[in-house]
Amino acid sequence: MSRAWVFGDDLDTDQIVPGRYAPFMVGQDKFHTYAFCDARPEFAKAVRPGDVLVGGENFGCGSSREYAVAALAKHGIGGIVAKSFARIFFRNCINLGIPVLESESALGVVRDGDAVTLDLSAGLLRAPAGDARLRPLAPFAQEILGAGGVVAYLREHGDFPPLA
Amino acid sequence: MPKTVAEKILSRVAARDAKVGDLVIVPVSRVMVHDSVIDAVIAGLRDLGRERVWDTTKVAVFVDHAAPAPTPVVADSHRVLREWVRAQGIATFYDAGEGVCHQIMVEEGYCEPGTVIVGSDSHSNSYGAVGAFGAGMGATDIAVALALGRTWLRVPESIKVTFTGKPRKGVTMKDAIMRVVREIGTDGARYACVEFHGAGSLPQGDRITLAGMTTEMGAKAGIVVGTPEAPDWLFPDRGAAYANEVIVDLSTLEPQIAVPPRVDQVVNVSEAVGQPVDVVFLGSCTNGRLVDMRQAAAVLRGRRISPEVRLEVVPSSRRQFEDAMADGTLLSLSAAGAVIGSSGCGPCLGRTGGVLAGQEICLSTANRNYRGRMGSADASIFIGSPYVAAVAALTGVIDDPRPYLEASDAEFDDLVARRRAERTGRGAASVRSGDRSRELMVAAARSGVAAEIDD
Repeated sequence: MSRAWVFGDDLDTDQIVPGRYAPFMVGQDKFHTYAFCDARPEFAKAVRPGDVLVGGENFGCGSSREYAVAALAKHGIGGIVAKSFARIFFRNCINLGIPVLESESALGVVRDGDAVTLDLSAGLLRAPAGDARLRPLAPFAQEILGAGGVVAYLREHGDFPPLA
Repeated sequence: MPKTVAEKILSRVAARDAKVGDLVIVPVSRVMVHDSVIDAVIAGLRDLGRERVWDTTKVAVFVDHAAPAPTPVVADSHRVLREWVRAQGIATFYDAGEGVCHQIMVEEGYCEPGTVIVGSDSHSNSYGAVGAFGAGMGATDIAVALALGRTWLRVPESIKVTFTGKPRKGVTMKDAIMRVVREIGTDGARYACVEFHGAGSLPQGDRITLAGMTTEMGAKAGIVVGTPEAPDWLFPDRGAAYANEVIVDLSTLEPQIAVPPRVDQVVNVSEAVGQPVDVVFLGSCTNGRLVDMRQAAAVLRGRRISPEVRLEVVPSSRRQFEDAMADGTLLSLSAAGAVIGSSGCGPCLGRTGGVLAGQEICLSTANRNYRGRMGSADASIFIGSPYVAAVAALTGVIDDPRPYLEASDAEFDDLVARRRAERTGRGAASVRSGDRSRELMVAAARSGVAAEIDD
């Protein structure tokens, strides 16, 4: 079981890690401790590996800064389920090995703090109030996630996964 | 099937018939890397087991996001970047003070129309100003592109934006694109390519403003159709399918203001009149060019800005900086009370230059007004055109710039006095060293600004 952290629409990368706490500004070993420091000050201390973020439309919009995703990866986030994702954020998550899944219903079913199970093989996010269906990812993205990210995939295979 | 411009470019570079929704693996004609991601990019290349970039002649590296270095940590990172550039043998390297990556990429001709360019900054969409498919990506994607010279893309749907008519005096393409963002919303172009029609003959700077701001609608790319740089084949087929179409009549457009903290919360300037501001920022890849500085100088007309307002001007590149120096624009802005910063991203992203304090209110000509973007999370950022910025600096409040451009000297002073009187209890009046404003303005006018001011 993992905890669900619920956010709304248009969660931007400045809210995930504000620019002033970029690794570039505070160093590589500290930036993830500022995750959601303005929006959810308790997050960095309370989050546990495997926890799931749930959001609305346009999750991860704003800057291309990958360290927002790297901070979540450092905390061991097990997956992000949202109505939709901003495009650069979506790619960054696949590249760094965090499953990103679109779901129309998750935000309506999951409450902040719920104990949830992200069941990728069944394509469901299981929550106390019910299951939310997840839109399947393209096989190309699944391959990269399966390897733990694009760097691991390329090291092993030397090239991108084959296109369907 | 008739194709959009995005489908045409991606079909061509992927050497296959690419349709909306297809995944394609494509060669990139250039990779743009900037200072704030360099550590992650170098680490990514190392983790990939590829120490060398695939082609040193196709890589452009910039120190612009926090430049010159504001802290020792940043300075160390810049040093690492320079060592990496030298070790790789990359000649296309622009160090601190040369300007914003996107401005240089376009104005120095690094963007080949009809090709795919990936950049480490989200506003890499700007390359669509000259008909390139520019897409911003994260550090790992950039490391992969540097290693392989290729990237993967989902062929995007396209949104067609058509401009008709001519804007009235005091209304700019910044207002036009903010109007488009208002229509489409911050995620209305998610994964999509925004195709601009009726903008191909605009000056290159206006086209950068348009293409770069497509990022604020979630777009993968933004491409201006019919530019002088583009090859003959770079136009959409008749009957190409669009996910959405927006038409903006420039002739009836008012100056637009984005209200914090959303870029798509856009109102006509008439709805924001009287809003006090403490800081005005004129700069960024969106509006830091000579023309933008000249528009501000034209409003200021040799007057001084409000003593309680700070105006920071950051030219977007050394070329723009020097052009503005040569024709007297920078002199007139300095005489008006502006702080002139070295070319670069400046305070747009709150890393260097004049960052904002809590409760402070800024009017910025840049592209984003998220909470915390320019410093304190408790600051507020309004976005507008250079004309609006200049009026805000002059009066200390947001106002419609058009009457100022038409007013006689006496009417102008009256407008300024009335607006200043509305703004009370904020900041402290600064002495502006000396009182040479008029005198310097005359000198500046002799060397070129006069025409703009007398318009």
